[in-house]
Amino acid sequence: MRLNRIIALFLRHMYLYRRSMPRIMEILYWPVLDLVVWGFITVYLAQFRQNLPKFIPFFLGALILWDILFRAHQGISVSFLEDVWSRNFLNLFASPLGPAEYIFSLMLVGFIKLIATASIMAALAWFLYSFNIFLVGISLIPFVLNLIIMGWSIGIVTTALILRFGQEAEVLAWALGFLFMPVSAVFYPVAVLPPFLQAIAHYIPASYVFEGMRSVISNGGFPLEELLMSIGLNIIYIVLSFLFFHWNFRIVKRKGLLVKIGE
Amino acid sequence: MIFFLGDQYLLKTPVALAEYLNYHQKLVFVGDFTYFLRMFESIVEVKGLTKVFKSLKAVDNVSFCMYRGEILGLLGPNGAGKTTIIHMLLGLTTPTAGEVNIFGQHLAKYRKEIMQEANFSSNYVSMPNSLTVIECLKVFARLYRVKNKEEKIAELLHIFEIEDIQDKLVRHISSGQQTRLNLAKSLINDPKILFLDEPTASLDPDIADKTRRLLRLIKKNSNISILYTSHNMKEMEEMSDRIIFLHKGKIIAEGEPKTVIKSFKGKDLEEVFLKVAREEKI
Repeated sequence: MRLNRIIALFLRHMYLYRRSMPRIMEILYWPVLDLVVWGFITVYLAQFRQNLPKFIPFFLGALILWDILFRAHQGISVSFLEDVWSRNFLNLFASPLGPAEYIFSLMLVGFIKLIATASIMAALAWFLYSFNIFLVGISLIPFVLNLIIMGWSIGIVTTALILRFGQEAEVLAWALGFLFMPVSAVFYPVAVLPPFLQAIAHYIPASYVFEGMRSVISNGGFPLEELLMSIGLNIIYIVLSFLFFHWNFRIVKRKGLLVKIGE
Repeated sequence: MIFFLGDQYLLKTPVALAEYLNYHQKLVFVGDFTYFLRMFESIVEVKGLTKVFKSLKAVDNVSFCMYRGEILGLLGPNGAGKTTIIHMLLGLTTPTAGEVNIFGQHLAKYRKEIMQEANFSSNYVSMPNSLTVIECLKVFARLYRVKNKEEKIAELLHIFEIEDIQDKLVRHISSGQQTRLNLAKSLINDPKILFLDEPTASLDPDIADKTRRLLRLIKKNSNISILYTSHNMKEMEEMSDRIIFLHKGKIIAEGEPKTVIKSFKGKDLEEVFLKVAREEKI
């Protein structure tokens, strides 16, 4: 055992942190997110004392639906990274393939993957905890579609950022989706959040889905208003994410960065 | 193919023909006249191509043509701008200035249509390494909308002698086999123009020689145009009908290899290359 060799490798990793903001941010990112999400869950549950709400359907339903959003995001960003890591990107874009076709193919991959994930999770929740996600009723379909579209928007933005900033930004493929978790009110209502986060939550399509899910589980009915808000915001965000990707793709080609992806 | 015969000259390219006419003022024609006309059809026209990265002028006002059925070698030391030119011709990098027309169409406007008839192979670009050899070819056959996919793939597997590894994962095949897979992919759509960026780099001499033979055979059989870069001077001399010598982003010489060698008073391309790289004579 030699100290010089241990220090050499220690330095090898520390050099990376000297000039990499995403790596420094990552040190703070996950603990802060955990603290925020679990903190608000605690605040929410503390309001009920002995009379807890239907917390099993609340939590399991929220967990399954959140995973749908997260998988939709990852379906795009991780599939994109697979092309980057296999240094296949130039072969693809030297073909007649256009950027929009590429994104649509990733959306399709994501869709297939998340159907598999959601089916397994729903089956396990029923088998292990007797929780039936379909008790959310007919509104489950538009809920799921809204979460998928929001996940796609985040995935497209992530892909654009990785294209633009390269390897440094790869961590976003896993991290960016979680940034929306506290303000999506996944495990607690928007009302639990402080006013400035409530203001942000009103612009997050997923917050309406989770509020809607809780209202269906508590009172039944069809949360039309929440769904319409979610659909409206999603239409805006998916269009903006495509525009953002195209804008970045043009910049990346102009800066000669497209040919450096994966190097 | 040789189509023009005058005295003892064998003329294979428009440039050689122009040089011959300039000297002799007459031509004795033997061969296929339609081929003679098609020889003057430029497949690629590059005018004033320039690429600036921040303060670096990687490509500086480069203009050239590439004719049907010729192998055009792009030659130059590291940083001369060869790969940047190929990337601009593929539409992967946007030029700072200049114009590229391929098959008479403006690249920026008709990239998809042009790339349907073109293809690319580089030793520095891999195929998806979690797929098998045949899966890779199936994916690219679909990307290029190849008719009779199965037959075309079987033909390429046979030509490149990779039939026996068709079910192996790309990450488990040797670098020589990966190069042959890349080349097979580059011919999947029967391209009219092929961009090859150092296709024989990292190959052992035997496989590199086989690859060159194969490319010459493909060119002979299909009349394909090939834009070729390599650091192997012997290979460039052997493969290219014509070469463009680049240095610091500019064309410093253009013509048949023997003409370029003569203009630099060298004995072969290797010597010329060393002179240029060491800036003894530019």
